[in-house]
Amino acid sequence: MTSPSDFELSRRKLLAGTAASVALTAAPSIVNAQAPTIAEQNAAAGSATLKVSFTVNGAARDLTLDTRTTLLDALREHLHLTGTKKGCDHGQCGACTVIIGGRRINSCLTLAVMHEGDSITTIEGLGTPEKMHPMQAAFVKHDGYQCGYCTPGQICSAVAVLDEIKAGIPSHVSADLNTPVQLTSAELRERMSGNICRCGAYSNIAEAISEVAGRPA
Amino acid sequence: MKSFTYERAQSPAAAAAAAARHPDAKFIAGGTNLLDLMKLEIETPAHLIDVNGLALDKIEPTQEGGLRIGALVRNTDLAADARVRRDYAVLSRALLAGASGQLRNKATTAGNLLQRTRCPYFYDTNQPCNKRKPGSGCAAIGGFSRQHAIVGASDACIATHPSDMAVAMRALDAAVETVRPNGATRTIPIAEFHRLPGNTPHVETALSPGELITAVTLPKPTGGVQIYRKVRDRASYAFALVSVAAIVQRDGTGHVALGGVAHKPWRLESADAQLPRGAKAVTAELLSGAKPTRENAFKLPLVERTLGAVLTEAKG
Repeated sequence: MTSPSDFELSRRKLLAGTAASVALTAAPSIVNAQAPTIAEQNAAAGSATLKVSFTVNGAARDLTLDTRTTLLDALREHLHLTGTKKGCDHGQCGACTVIIGGRRINSCLTLAVMHEGDSITTIEGLGTPEKMHPMQAAFVKHDGYQCGYCTPGQICSAVAVLDEIKAGIPSHVSADLNTPVQLTSAELRERMSGNICRCGAYSNIAEAISEVAGRPA
Repeated sequence: MKSFTYERAQSPAAAAAAAARHPDAKFIAGGTNLLDLMKLEIETPAHLIDVNGLALDKIEPTQEGGLRIGALVRNTDLAADARVRRDYAVLSRALLAGASGQLRNKATTAGNLLQRTRCPYFYDTNQPCNKRKPGSGCAAIGGFSRQHAIVGASDACIATHPSDMAVAMRALDAAVETVRPNGATRTIPIAEFHRLPGNTPHVETALSPGELITAVTLPKPTGGVQIYRKVRDRASYAFALVSVAAIVQRDGTGHVALGGVAHKPWRLESADAQLPRGAKAVTAELLSGAKPTRENAFKLPLVERTLGAVLTEAKG
């Protein structure tokens, strides 16, 4: 991607950063235009930008983004909320899990411009080091990590999993589709299968989630 | 990712018309498969038409006593719908056997039907693939083919369709409702929706250019014991090696569709007719034209054994 990673950059830096691609593809009229906007520059570079507004952790955010920007990159590179991690960038590892409107999704497999008006919660919005969310506190207590890279995704996913069980959403291991979901270890493990931990801290992750869920692991 | 322009569609017909105006356009709904492929530049649309704002996210009863599932109903919501859990349990089970919780929250009914294959050679742009680049050849034939098709394949392509949901819909005799760029609507039986590869494996469905799926309808519930059994390399979050969707009535008749074995959900009505005679007879009919590779020949006995287990479970 040739677009700048930070719209807070000065236009001088921006022009320097995109000069190569502009020079390669821009129409002469654009190069000569006075005070081109970011959108115009990117259009000249063969890309497209759009404005998008959404709420992140309770704060309204307005961004002008290359249409290709994933929600994950918007959070990390544009809003500097680097708690959400980029693992595989293909929806296979779950490190980028965030919660939108109460539902967990892979932020790497969705475009930022598709989230106009949405309310997004990242790991930074769940709690702070001084005032941790119960799930964050349980991960610390049970040592639910080793390197910690997958942890924000694990925690966001786990918080949403408990809400899904409360809402009565069944899973692959639910024995009966027409009775309330039982809060078993098998249910928690199945529901967390979209979050991979290469360190293999699964048993401690399961213990942390179980404690918050109010059941023995 | 290649650059693209983007618009939010205002109505289904307007979305289809917009697609007709932009020959390189793609609809985007959940995006969980399309964006993955765009990052790899396997899909390179010049224009995206976001259909998420269309009011196609309801599940409603039909006049015939069945259900109309809006194209944008998320996999999670479809699996959790009380009517689906009660009357179409095989569909709920198939959805829950697929992907992860995060993906099911985003993935839509229409998008699930339109998933591209997970053939590793389709994904590897350094390899020939008739589906990705028509005429370039097929690296899976003679390559690592453990996951590939055993029936209905061709000399051009041995890829499988990855959906679990579609296998259940095939067993349930679902139908796909669409709108075309001229505003005309039509209904395509699920049996005719997905195509076999033949010489044109890049043409995967019966949809014409710009045609938008608006809903999937299910006929009136037929009752019976409904089971979806998926065999895979991991206990969760993996594509099927073989899957069986079965609806078995008390008298032993019913419907059986297979996943993981062909370019489309695999069902033969002539095999359904063998159900009272047991798994061996059904499998013999379903896989009568099978041409497995050396690496995926294991799928033949696996189908029979999985079906056998399903029919035993159905008897209670």
